[in-house]
Amino acid sequence: MEKHYLNRKYMFIGLFLLTGLVFIIRLFYIQIVAEKYILSASNNVLRYITQYPARGLIYDRNGKLLVFNEAAYDMMVIPRQVQAMDTAEFCRLLGIELADFRNRLKRTSDYSTYKTSVFESQINRENFGALQEKMFMFPGFFVQPRTLRKYTYPTAAHMLGYVGEVSPSVIARNSYYKPGDYIGISGIEKSYEEVLRGRKGMKIRVVDVHNRDMGSFQDGRYDTLSSPGTNLWSSIDADLQLLGETLMQNKKGSIVAIEPSSGEILCLVSSPAYDPNLLVGRIRNRNFSLLNADTLNIPLFNRALMATYPPGSAFKPANALVGLQEGVLTPETRYSCPGGFALGNDQVVGCHDHGSPLNLVESIQYSCNTYFCKVFKLILDKDGFYNTEGAYNRWRNHILSFGMGKRTGLDLPSELSGNIPSTAYYDKYYGRNRWRSLTVISLAIGQGEILMTPLQLANMTALIANRGYYIIPHVITGVGEPNSVNRTFMQKHYCSVDPAHFDVVIDGMEKVVQAGTATNARLDSVAICAKTGTAQNPHGDNHSIFIVFAPKENPRIAVSVIVENAGWGATWAAPIASLMIEQYLRGEVKRQEIKERMTNGNLIRR
Amino acid sequence: MRREHGIFHRVDWVMVILYLILVLFGWLNIYSAVYDEMQPSIFDLTQRYGKQMVWIAAALILAVVTLAIDPKFFSQFAWLIYSGLILLLILVIFIGRDVSGTRSWFHLGSVAIQPAEFAKMATALVVARYLSKIDLNLKKVKTWLKAAILVFFPVLLILLQRDTGSALVFLVFLLVFYRFGMSGYMLLALVALPVIGILALLINKFILIGILFFGAVIFYLFTLKKFRHFLIVLAIFVGSAGYIFSVDYAVNRILQPYQRQRINVFIGKASDPKGAGYNVNQSLIAIGSGRILGKGYLNGTQTKYNFVPEQSTDFIFCTVGEEWGFLGSLVLIALYVGLLVRIIIIAERQRARFSRVYGYSVAALLFAHFAINIGMTLGLLPVIGIPLPFLSYGGSSLWAFTLLLFIFIRQDSYRYELV
Repeated sequence: MEKHYLNRKYMFIGLFLLTGLVFIIRLFYIQIVAEKYILSASNNVLRYITQYPARGLIYDRNGKLLVFNEAAYDMMVIPRQVQAMDTAEFCRLLGIELADFRNRLKRTSDYSTYKTSVFESQINRENFGALQEKMFMFPGFFVQPRTLRKYTYPTAAHMLGYVGEVSPSVIARNSYYKPGDYIGISGIEKSYEEVLRGRKGMKIRVVDVHNRDMGSFQDGRYDTLSSPGTNLWSSIDADLQLLGETLMQNKKGSIVAIEPSSGEILCLVSSPAYDPNLLVGRIRNRNFSLLNADTLNIPLFNRALMATYPPGSAFKPANALVGLQEGVLTPETRYSCPGGFALGNDQVVGCHDHGSPLNLVESIQYSCNTYFCKVFKLILDKDGFYNTEGAYNRWRNHILSFGMGKRTGLDLPSELSGNIPSTAYYDKYYGRNRWRSLTVISLAIGQGEILMTPLQLANMTALIANRGYYIIPHVITGVGEPNSVNRTFMQKHYCSVDPAHFDVVIDGMEKVVQAGTATNARLDSVAICAKTGTAQNPHGDNHSIFIVFAPKENPRIAVSVIVENAGWGATWAAPIASLMIEQYLRGEVKRQEIKERMTNGNLIRR
Repeated sequence: MRREHGIFHRVDWVMVILYLILVLFGWLNIYSAVYDEMQPSIFDLTQRYGKQMVWIAAALILAVVTLAIDPKFFSQFAWLIYSGLILLLILVIFIGRDVSGTRSWFHLGSVAIQPAEFAKMATALVVARYLSKIDLNLKKVKTWLKAAILVFFPVLLILLQRDTGSALVFLVFLLVFYRFGMSGYMLLALVALPVIGILALLINKFILIGILFFGAVIFYLFTLKKFRHFLIVLAIFVGSAGYIFSVDYAVNRILQPYQRQRINVFIGKASDPKGAGYNVNQSLIAIGSGRILGKGYLNGTQTKYNFVPEQSTDFIFCTVGEEWGFLGSLVLIALYVGLLVRIIIIAERQRARFSRVYGYSVAALLFAHFAINIGMTLGLLPVIGIPLPFLSYGGSSLWAFTLLLFIFIRQDSYRYELV
């Protein structure tokens, strides 16, 4: 009877075949056509662990270790893999609030749910120990070893710079960096980032659903090793730098010391300074905000490279050299000083009390304003009183060849160029051909529109010490090995003044210390050549400026010292510079009472 | 009556070999799914693959014993076997232990037995016995209602054990009924029920009723003209409308929230990769990452590292997909469909109606498991936790399906003697 329904057996067979076919089509789609499943599969099990290399070490010129590394750990998260877990325990181990935990998880999920983000950075070794035991309880989280910068001495923060998490704009520009990477943000860390950072490696690990490490992926076939950063040897003398920062404490200003024969920077003090260890690790953000909030003293500001001052009388040796080169002056040219230089319309550039008339050496020795105004007027009036422009440009080009008015090009970031005004500037200000030598006479004594950085002042001093050339100042003398300096830092840059003219100016600078404006910079049995300066400051007390090199023959150190709001150049800047020279030439400071007086001087009004 | 033939006389070797291939392939995949480098021996009895080996050995003994039993025993004792299992199904509700929300397991020492698995075989026997009654009028609706009651009884008991998946499988007996004479309209109505039910959850129920109304009007105007037909169409329409409302009410008021969530994820109303859909998502990832040739035996990462849940039981197909790829999956599906078609062909050659109905029941039950299990791992059906016969880990399921199949092989080997 049921035979009537025999054809219904085909329905069965048809149903079986159809189901098999549907499954095969579906399999074809998910296994061959769709790409997303294979991607998700590797996201599930593969953990790409970046092998961060240790950054290169930095040594000082005597082989002392300035910067090294310490182990730290970053907590990483892949938000989509985070599952229900003991959040309270996690927060306790990490030392964060529950609300903070939620915020961070949201922030990282907003960035990407399947990419790795830093959840908490720089966990120290002690906390990591407790955490490591329990990592299996926290799926989606894993720990990545990192290194932290450490500084042997609490010094040279501005020059060494600091390291921080790379910003999104850098990531967009440079594919090497990934979120959470570190990058040098200032100082040597920034300018030598590419050699210091080394090369990152990548380890691919396989994990199970509980985030447990199940071994390396395909026996490490795709792993790459990291290579550590290259070590750097710097020209800094750590002891000199430390002394400079000690002497400058509670003062604003800077000290730059250069070895004239090599252009190596011996110290680069910017005051107020701070301990570079403050800007490392988890305390970095808080300390950075604190330092950044000090708008009165701006400790993060590197005055040595970024503050510009009128050099004042410290500029006179340069003008003397230009006068000699232009032939408007001979060493024996004498001018009398009636106590000032009359500008004609009742205005006078004042001068101080000294003998008269003076020759060139004496004019430097006593820093006679009248003498230099006359010399400067002759330089600018050389083509006639009404043809200032050509003469001014000749003067300006001489000055530019001294390394002023432009960046020196040292191997640190954020250097400012200072200013030696161009004719265009005066044309704009006074109108073309409407300005004369007397209009810009303040340039004669380093005032007016002229602006220099402490580095440029020190470089100019080194040029005088070298009798006519400078080598671009630099802080790194060895990359990978000591004394492997870049060729650009070996080249001599001659100025446009004949070396023959330097001796008389240097004689004058020696007299400054022997029996002139800065006798308090004397150091027994060392021939010190110097020039004081007092930069007028429209915002307050004058800045005390001092440039100096020593010894006179075969000079080993050229120093510029600027102490803000310290008044007369010889009061503060000269003794500080003298102590720096003593430290560098003798290896120690014997004149403790001067050192103490300088150290204890507080020139920051609070 | 004594036979001088051995027990393997006229045994259908095609089915036996397909069975053996599937069982061994399942064992290899269980080994891979649970594979642990610390316990590399496939014979390690503390691991699932070691245990499965024991179950397989026991199943083979069971198969041989089944082939040795007088084939008439099964039709003679169908009612007894059925009653015995009904008793066990009742008993397990009271003395069974809760395992992941269901109470369907007896624990005898370290061995756990799930009577629901064996109830399928018992129901197949009793349905075959009932439909092979000589004076049965297959045209009568009453006949089919009686048959349905035989099926409905274990379904009810299994539902009481909260093992919805296993209960659902019994619906496949409707297909068997259809083959042996149940009205196509009845089947259509029974198939239409779940379809309209799902639509009731997916779209606004008033719009759905409106669509049904238009359908009924058009159907009436173009095909039927008599007033009596009008009443029938009206009754069906009103019934459907009532059904739509009751489905809505059941899902939103009666079901547990997690059950509602599962239904919502399945019908696509909710997406939630970490929750109810997590299993399916991970399953698709595992299978999808296998590509054409697969990652190679023991090289699957998704299943081995437990991203796929239940990877040795309900989701065993993921290991196949991941490690053996598209080609391996294709072969497995072909073997399975081959076995199912072979059972139908063999069933059709039976002279005894009991054997034929039983054979169809075997094919239908295996098919239901195959379709639901693989459909679930491929994300085509909701997650219903039932094993893939012969491949999934588990003694009860393996023994029950072995018994189910070998009773049929036994019947077939005596097809000339049985009438």
